[in-house]
Amino acid sequence: MMRNPYRTQRIAFSFLFLATLLIVVPVGLIVVIIIQKGLPAINWQFLTDIPRQGMRAGGIFPAIVGTVYLVSGAIIFALPIGLLAAIYLSEYSKDNMLTRLIKLAIVNLAGVPSVVYGLFGLALFVVFFKFGASILSGSLTLGIMILPLIITASREAIESVPYSFREVSLSLGASKWQTIRHIVLPNAIPGILTGTILGLGRAAGETAPILFTVAAFYLPRLPKSIFDQAMALPYHLYVISTQVPNVDEKIRYGTALVLLALVLSMNLIAVVIRYKFRKRKKW
Amino acid sequence: MAKIVSKRLNLWYGDFHALKDIDAGFEEKRITAIIGPSGCGKSTMLRVFNRMNDLIEGVRTKGTVLVDGADILGENADLVVLRKKVGMVFQRPNPFPLSVYENIVFGEKIHGERLKRDALDEVVEKSLRSVLLWDELKDALNRPALALSLEQKQRLCIARLIAVKPDVLLMDEPCSTLDPQATMRIEELMRELKNNYTIIIVTHNMQQAARVSEDTGFMLLGELIEFGKTEQIFTAPKDKRTEDYITGRYG
Repeated sequence: MMRNPYRTQRIAFSFLFLATLLIVVPVGLIVVIIIQKGLPAINWQFLTDIPRQGMRAGGIFPAIVGTVYLVSGAIIFALPIGLLAAIYLSEYSKDNMLTRLIKLAIVNLAGVPSVVYGLFGLALFVVFFKFGASILSGSLTLGIMILPLIITASREAIESVPYSFREVSLSLGASKWQTIRHIVLPNAIPGILTGTILGLGRAAGETAPILFTVAAFYLPRLPKSIFDQAMALPYHLYVISTQVPNVDEKIRYGTALVLLALVLSMNLIAVVIRYKFRKRKKW
Repeated sequence: MAKIVSKRLNLWYGDFHALKDIDAGFEEKRITAIIGPSGCGKSTMLRVFNRMNDLIEGVRTKGTVLVDGADILGENADLVVLRKKVGMVFQRPNPFPLSVYENIVFGEKIHGERLKRDALDEVVEKSLRSVLLWDELKDALNRPALALSLEQKQRLCIARLIAVKPDVLLMDEPCSTLDPQATMRIEELMRELKNNYTIIIVTHNMQQAARVSEDTGFMLLGELIEFGKTEQIFTAPKDKRTEDYITGRYG
């Protein structure tokens, strides 16, 4: 039989295209189904009112606020530490046992199941540090969970800044730190932002780490301080889907839609920022 | 008096002996060319003079290098001061991904001189004028430097260096990515610059060395084989190996 390279190529392309399409389909379906079923629930009251009638009516405002607090807290904690660690690892650390141990720890930290973070947070922050079940405990737990993500993304971004930029900066008499501050970091910001976005999304969506550390089953008011418990969207969704009977389907999907929209809009903001940086910096 | 003096300079990359007992004096306000085949150590030697080899792990040096009479290889040598005084132009033009203006004021920013906007403007104009780029770019100061042509980029890199007010310009094959016309113009610029700066240029291009330099050193396998007046090196080399290289027998 004659080999026909063009036919082989066409077949290969079709498979590649099909595989790519398979990625898009679930994403599209999730978005479509959730919008279709959840949109009828969305109105001003749903977004701004507290839950009523045992969470079968009213709104989800405390859960939205709780999630925003938790995500902000996690980022405030994890971004500076993660970024500084990434700078140290990629710019200053020597390749020795300690560095390799740290890198191994980061990889493993990323692989720890989220429910284990929950237990860890319970033991360390809630019990040992006596923060109680609070926004502080939950934020710190989420922060530790997204640390490896932020470190890895920041390191990649920092290391992708061309060596020649550092070289020339040093040759002009800049110190290493000045080089990092004026040349490396500004050019690494898009990548660092990407890592932060991924971290944001992950922190907003996780249920297990907040389960033992902060999440309130039902708290029809807003948290007063970082030592207060709070409701949060993913846990609230779990509760109204499995723990409370006879919750209208549209309330459940409405909650899911709000969570999805929150995460996606955060991503969108960051994508816009990244795009602007990209346009400005090219090499 | 020689601006840079190297005495029994030796350098190793790990086990590899890259520079062997280099003795040389580089005269002030002249152009000295270093020629030799690839891997002979000419770039390595250049990078000793502003300690850029420090960035490479496993580099050891022995011997003395004096810049204005001060030892730069010692423990106490201040690298910031040294690199302000002895600047480098690299093989590939490497402007920062910033505007033309920001590229030139980078040194001012780094060296902590909090200058007012009009003082900075003056630095930019002076530096660009000294590399003959002002007329071309005076209306494009906010354009990204990476959008310039290769030759403009290399000139900009020289301007960025000049803004730091160095005494010595180390040029590591500065024209190797440029076309012949651009190369000619950069050489013209070098002749202009030598009135104010001590220039050491490493080059693959023997014609270039012959055209621009007053002194020439020929290196081979880490040794400085011959060092003298360019005219003498190119017309009456004392060493057989220099003659072989110049007449194109190897390299």
